[in-house]
Amino acid sequence: MPKDGIGAPTKRREDLRFLTGNGRYTDDINLKGQLYAHFIRSEVAHGQLNSVSTTAAEAMPGVVRIFTGEDFVTIGSIPCGWQVTDRFGAPMQEPRHPVLAHGKVRHVGDPIAVVVAESLAEARDAAEAVEIDITELPPVLDMKAALAPDAPKVHEELTSNLCYDWGFVEENKSAVDAAFASAAHVVSLELVNNRLIANPMEPRVAVGEYNAWDDQSTLYTTSQNPHVIRLLMGAFVLGIPEHKLRVVAPDVGGGFGTKIFHYAEEAFVTFASRQLKRPVKWTSTRMEAFVSDAHGRDHVTKIELALDAEHNFTALRTDTYANMGAYLSTFAPSVPTWLHGTLMAGNYKTPLIYVNVKAVFTNTVPVDAYRGAGRPEATFQLERLVDKAARELGVSPIELRRQNFIKPDQFPYQTPVAVVYDTGNYHATLDKLIEISDHAGFEARALESKARGKLRGFGIAHYIEACGIAPSHLVGQLGARAGLYESATVRVNATGSISVFTGSHSHGQGHETSFAQVVADMIGIPATQIDIVHGDTANTPMGMGTYGSRSLAVGGSAIVRATEKIVNKAKKIAAHLLEAAEADIELKDGKFSVAGTDKSVDWAGVTLAAYVPHNYPLESLEPGLEETAFYDPSNFTYPSGGYGCEVEVDPETGEVTILAFSAADDFGNIVNPLIVEGQVHGGIGQGIGQALLEHAVYDDQGQLLSGSLMDYAMPRALHVPFFRVDHSSCTPCTHNPLGVKGCGEAGAIGSPPAVVNAVIDALHRGGYTGIKHIDMPLSPARVWAAMQNS
Amino acid sequence: MYEFEFSRPTGMQEALAAVAGGAQPLSGGMTLLPVLKQRLNMPDAVVSLTAIPEMKGVKAEGKLLTIGAATPHAVVAREAAAHYPALAKLAGGIGDPMVRNRGTIGGSIANNDPSACYPSAVLASGATIRTNKRSINADQFFEGLFTTALEEGEIITAVQFPIPLRAAYVKFDQPASRFALTGVFVAQYSTGVRVAVTGASDNGVFRWTEAETALSTRFTPEALGGVSLSPAGMMRDLHGTPDYRAHLAGVLCRRAVAAAI
Repeated sequence: MPKDGIGAPTKRREDLRFLTGNGRYTDDINLKGQLYAHFIRSEVAHGQLNSVSTTAAEAMPGVVRIFTGEDFVTIGSIPCGWQVTDRFGAPMQEPRHPVLAHGKVRHVGDPIAVVVAESLAEARDAAEAVEIDITELPPVLDMKAALAPDAPKVHEELTSNLCYDWGFVEENKSAVDAAFASAAHVVSLELVNNRLIANPMEPRVAVGEYNAWDDQSTLYTTSQNPHVIRLLMGAFVLGIPEHKLRVVAPDVGGGFGTKIFHYAEEAFVTFASRQLKRPVKWTSTRMEAFVSDAHGRDHVTKIELALDAEHNFTALRTDTYANMGAYLSTFAPSVPTWLHGTLMAGNYKTPLIYVNVKAVFTNTVPVDAYRGAGRPEATFQLERLVDKAARELGVSPIELRRQNFIKPDQFPYQTPVAVVYDTGNYHATLDKLIEISDHAGFEARALESKARGKLRGFGIAHYIEACGIAPSHLVGQLGARAGLYESATVRVNATGSISVFTGSHSHGQGHETSFAQVVADMIGIPATQIDIVHGDTANTPMGMGTYGSRSLAVGGSAIVRATEKIVNKAKKIAAHLLEAAEADIELKDGKFSVAGTDKSVDWAGVTLAAYVPHNYPLESLEPGLEETAFYDPSNFTYPSGGYGCEVEVDPETGEVTILAFSAADDFGNIVNPLIVEGQVHGGIGQGIGQALLEHAVYDDQGQLLSGSLMDYAMPRALHVPFFRVDHSSCTPCTHNPLGVKGCGEAGAIGSPPAVVNAVIDALHRGGYTGIKHIDMPLSPARVWAAMQNS
Repeated sequence: MYEFEFSRPTGMQEALAAVAGGAQPLSGGMTLLPVLKQRLNMPDAVVSLTAIPEMKGVKAEGKLLTIGAATPHAVVAREAAAHYPALAKLAGGIGDPMVRNRGTIGGSIANNDPSACYPSAVLASGATIRTNKRSINADQFFEGLFTTALEEGEIITAVQFPIPLRAAYVKFDQPASRFALTGVFVAQYSTGVRVAVTGASDNGVFRWTEAETALSTRFTPEALGGVSLSPAGMMRDLHGTPDYRAHLAGVLCRRAVAAAI
């Protein structure tokens, strides 16, 4: 077995180039004759776009062409990849999403015109000479107000600002209501899941290139899924067939969901490069990113839990308003519905659940998936509510959870919200959490804090998530306009080295390391003999990309399937070389041997024979050693875990300090524990950011107040403690060949409720027992205000 | 950024001539450069003040600490530590290492951002702002939000701090920018105590006279027991209400006194 196979905490090989400044990002790509695009964006939230006059600007130095919405009237709308069906069986309202605004502007940042010039400075100079006439309209901002009958409409062609009114499971609604009517206890909570902006370190960039002599377009873009962009943009927006369109996503500096979607700027540079027969480049500024990258979260929810006299959960009911923003981003409709409602059972055996979601158009930046996508929203409301229930019933939040957990012997477990959890052991992760967080020593630590005038609190949260997205036939029924398989081609070279071409894109996840470990393990050769290639539609098979913690579970499984084909064929070659029966050939440590004999041939001997087939069974076997597999999962995977947070609140200022954070996760089998730990660290960091710091705030005119890093607070090193991370509680996934579940989003899902529960605990211990809830982010000012009002 | 003529003279006279000719003075550029990048300002000429030897450095003479206007915060943090530790600590807590190595004391106080740290030290120390034309007492220098007594074409050359008996600055960070959400500088002199509050008021840095009176009688946190700041005129933004800022000023003032004694 290679020492860098499955289970080895190998350091990430890609870090060598990243840490030495040798990554090759989209902005590093500069093509001969390249032009620069500068987007002129709406400065008002809502307005009638009367005219765009470019005459003066076109005469400015360096200007090649100025595009406006008129240029895109006959071009396709930016498509939405998911159609949700409402409670009454009707499809969601789906407005046109033009590449450049036409007739109206619908959010601050909505692109109106683009100046393409020889230099960026000339493009910006000319942009100031473009005359835009807008009649401002009253902005639609508050979701509930947006649904009033007399509310101004974001899209005139729709009947209202309601995208859909979704009920799940609609057939359960009356039974759920009946259970509430007869409940011994009902606990309810109203809360906001704060709007976030992902802020990957690398802003978005797009470079379009067109070669007229072979009618070939190439788009270089900061994407998590180049094939998806090729399909959406090629087929639905610009009408370019796949063989004439190549999409390359080179090194990408963080995605967090916001780089899944197909954006107007990608379609623009591709279109403009075809029109102008020259490459066109656009690089987002940080401030532009704030008003053009899809935002995340932004739910307003009322959640209620019914319990019987013994504190068993009997029913759960939620009512959520989900902000879609001004247009439907690629997967926006799926986030508050199928990625949210299906998770409302959490880790609990609540028999009856009804989820209602009203998705609403507003004059704000579109909202779509952000690390966790729907699952953090589900987990936050449920885990806050369970904590509140324990407090109101006067029982331990730990014991109330344990009592209502699905038991280890109940798996596979059919939830009342459609999904079937294959494996899990929530009691084990909770026990492990209590151990690693030293819960037993908490009271002593709380006394020590009290002596210093500080309020210490301990909060836990348990989460479930559906990852490994997803079975194609199932998501097709749910409204996805895409399959969600993954692909891999394993190309064995003549001397035995291997190039693996995967549809999973890596933008911080360490695939180049962990995927190589999988192949190394299966063949028994060092991982250093294997390279992972991704991010270019020209050389990788059609793949669906990276999101939803799916890469190892789905993409890794495709690699396993392709490698199995390789091994099967290699065994046939080895059998021929060793003059033995194929059934007697064993592969171990990179060597094929005949069972029960000392006859063997090593890996390179077989691979050389495949490409120099002199002594080779050509009559029954093709030469070469290259296989492709497409893997479509049969179920989601269900990572779960228990998170514990210990905080100190300064009662004088309301400042929250996180002293300790523990995570006990069940990710199934682990390929690289070092990478898994890093993913959990990053996820918790982002969850702490949501809980304490981050908030995208609009004023009543639809201006983004937190429109730069001077006002949008990102977590820094000083905001996070050293984490205690454990993933020894392992119930392998039963339906993928690696038994893996996915770890990319867990930290961001489980941590916000743990942090808030800890703060509420601290405040109650300090005597502020009137505080039922504080909406995130728990800034010092908000915590202090809650203390004043309690 | 628009095009402009750029110069970086090594002599004061050359710099003053440029400024008199309409050039925009540039020190560390912590405010001016972002403004230029966003095309919110369009100077024809920019003159850097950072290469003039007499405008740089930290010098202690008796009970007076003189800091050249173009001295970066990092240098003050290092070189003022032995003479005026509270001032050095303030300088070492501004922004991040990049800001501290570029931003200068002169640039900060000429800009008079209502949330900047330095104005509180200058005002609480009763410092003297020396310009190419005159000396201005701190009490006359800060005139309100982004407004100072500086006249057109007048540039700060140095700031002279009387070294206090005891002093401390306590800042509560605005979590995104790390400017002062509120910051309080307390300085005790033989003549009395001075307290300056930054980050709180709609009108920029100010002296909190009630706290000064209480602390001049007794320099202890407890002396502030009956003193509170009215929220009237305090700032409201994403990060704090007037009530919160007024409350923070009290908390931070007590903490500053505790740190000073």
